[in-house]
Amino acid sequence: MPTIELTLNGEPRAVADPTSLAALLAALALDARKIAVERNEEIVPRSQYDRTLLRQGDKLEIVHFIGGG
Amino acid sequence: MDTILPDTGTDSWELAGRRFTSRLIVGTGKYKSLEETAAAIEASGAEIVTVAVRRVNLSDPAAPMLQDFVDPRRYTYLPNTAGCHTARDAVRTLRLAREAGGWNLVKLEVLGPPPYLYPDMPATLEAAEALIADGFEVMVYCADDPVAAKRLEAMGCVAIMPLGAPIGSGLGLQNPAMISILKAQAGVPVLVDAGVGTASDACIAMEIGCDAVLLNSAIAHAGDPVRMARAMRAAVEAGRLAYLAGRMPRKMGADPSSPLAGLIR
Repeated sequence: MPTIELTLNGEPRAVADPTSLAALLAALALDARKIAVERNEEIVPRSQYDRTLLRQGDKLEIVHFIGGG
Repeated sequence: MDTILPDTGTDSWELAGRRFTSRLIVGTGKYKSLEETAAAIEASGAEIVTVAVRRVNLSDPAAPMLQDFVDPRRYTYLPNTAGCHTARDAVRTLRLAREAGGWNLVKLEVLGPPPYLYPDMPATLEAAEALIADGFEVMVYCADDPVAAKRLEAMGCVAIMPLGAPIGSGLGLQNPAMISILKAQAGVPVLVDAGVGTASDACIAMEIGCDAVLLNSAIAHAGDPVRMARAMRAAVEAGRLAYLAGRMPRKMGADPSSPLAGLIR
């Protein structure tokens, strides 16, 4: 099975090709309503997760709210 | 929980077109647990809470999240830029926050180096400009500098938030005269953000006319955070009432409270 290499929150990760962002989030068991995703320093709107196909070398940042002052 | 204080009536304040009753904004950091965070925020009566934006821990995606304990439908989340040292980082962080929560109202803080983490005003002005251009409503943590504060307001910041003392220091208001000057010249809300150590500090900020107080460590690092949250709520209400009531004039001599007429001889 072909794979692509991503950088996910600063760590290398391989996923099957093709993989949508929605599929990646589901595989990571993340609740899409509580996070935000940046791909190559561009925000990916939540409505686009299904149709966003990940590409070789993509840098993803997945963030959420934590306690802060 | 019932308040033990007299009702402050219709007293409320407006921030970026939204109206709030509580004049206490609390942080959600530094607590022992998310349960304690939730209990302290509840006790504080706050309607707005500050939050940070960080990477999800992918090794434990099932870990409880802040939203599970502090409901964003109940509290207005105010995302901050803690840890950002440039305008670019601040804009990037708050764009992610906007996508995660859908809010435009944000707290900008661009800090200088430890050990004082004093506001970096040139970087703060640059970041404020970039955020406002990107459609954000910016509440700005800043130095007690009347010139910089006026410039931030002219740029379109929706609240000016000078420090009372360094972040997390608990030193109390070291600059009440400067904060009074900032308040006197401001056309937007002025909040003391940082430096409050105990209830009297929050009360003083309100007595000198600030619109609200923002604090985190004073509650989170208290021996009993929930009790201190109640104390802060009462202090902010007391200070606001005292400000509205108008304090008596100071004088250098005594003025007896009991009449001198009618003394027995």
